[in-house]
Amino acid sequence: MWRVGTVVALHDETATARTITLKVSDWTGHLAGQHVDVRLTASDGYSAVRSYSIASAPNSETRIELTVERLRDGEVSPYLTQELAVGDRLELRGPIGGWFVWRTQQTEPIQLVAGGSGIVPLMAMIRSRVSACSAASFRLLYSVREPGAVLYRDELEALSDHDHSVSVTYAYTRVAPKDWPRPPGRIDAALIANTTWPSNLAPTCYVCGPTSFVETATGLLSASGNSSDKIRTERFGPTGDRQ
Amino acid sequence: MSSHTYDYLDGNAAAGELSKIFAMDVTAAKGQCAHCGATKRFAEAHLYMLGPGVVARCAVCEHVLLRLVNVRQRVFLDVRGMTYLSLDAAQLEASSDLDA
Ligand SMILES: Cc1cc2nc3c(=O)[nH]c(=O)nc-3n(C[C@H](O)[C@H](O)[C@H](O)COP(=O)(O)OP(=O)(O)OC[C@H]3O[C@@H](n4cnc5c(N)ncnc54)[C@H](O)[C@@H]3O)c2cc1C
Ligand SMILES: [Zn+2]
Repeated sequence: MWRVGTVVALHDETATARTITLKVSDWTGHLAGQHVDVRLTASDGYSAVRSYSIASAPNSETRIELTVERLRDGEVSPYLTQELAVGDRLELRGPIGGWFVWRTQQTEPIQLVAGGSGIVPLMAMIRSRVSACSAASFRLLYSVREPGAVLYRDELEALSDHDHSVSVTYAYTRVAPKDWPRPPGRIDAALIANTTWPSNLAPTCYVCGPTSFVETATGLLSASGNSSDKIRTERFGPTGDRQ
Repeated sequence: MSSHTYDYLDGNAAAGELSKIFAMDVTAAKGQCAHCGATKRFAEAHLYMLGPGVVARCAVCEHVLLRLVNVRQRVFLDVRGMTYLSLDAAQLEASSDLDA
């Protein structure tokens, strides 16, 4: 059940987040939105398991990318973002999950709502849409601490401004760029009303991020008329307090 | 475990642990709560991680649906809280095609 992945590349996305490319020779493919469990085992036998979403689009290669945000006092994420080196091996279980996924056959409008590192599985969906040449209309509302914490910034910019594959709205919670129209703050009803698909188009919504963020976003989407069976969630854990 | 409201994850986060037992993905399966009768995807359950295992609770009434506990070399699975779990065989085949 556990497979071994070898680190073939490391890329810093921001000051605190790193993308890890793994070569998994017996990888059999995945769906956008799925995750893997990563197991680290110390020499004394103690082991820790954490889940990480797959950032890369489904493809026929035996490589996957994970993007890990470092939590200062965390047990696993500091290791993955600071100590792991090219050539190291990681134990993996997955791909996991058949509900929080976007399949290329889906044609309805898609509303993605990300809080912080919750962008990771949603990015896999955006990348999957691009690589499958899907015509599904994607919107992304991305809530992030400050401009410097945005993951995949250049790629998102290229896909939204030039390619029109996805329309992106940023919402900054702590620090916004100069002249940004909206003061920094948590997402609210006005933002949902102005930037997400109207609920009468019956979009499928994918909400991902720290648990408290997912809670807030789901509440706002429901209040604006989206039915709960059109809202799929992926909670990353109690990391919202620092977001 | 603190009783903080935001302590839980989605049923999806247990899928790796449950893959020890179930050959098929359970997150898209529909389960009926034995307490309140709500029928929801397992992915929608509220999931609490414990040291030795996981507890999934009904998203509507918070009653326990499933408990999985690892004790040394044994895995205990308690599914009393669910009347049934129904799996979409067609979707499972489709996803296992992609996974195959
Ligand atoms: C399905 C799923 C997919 C995920 N995908 C990703 C992903 O793609 N990228 C990613 O970076 N993470 C992802 N996560 C989160 C990841 O699994 C870990 O929880 C995260 O990396 C922290 O692990 P850690 O060992 O560093 O911290 P831990 O050692 O687990 O945390 C230490 C302690 O601090 C608490 N804590 C954690 N964060 C905070 C915080 N910010 N403020 C206050 N207290 C805190 C914890 O409750 C814990 O008690 C995902 C989680 C799930 C369930
Ligand atoms: Zn119930």
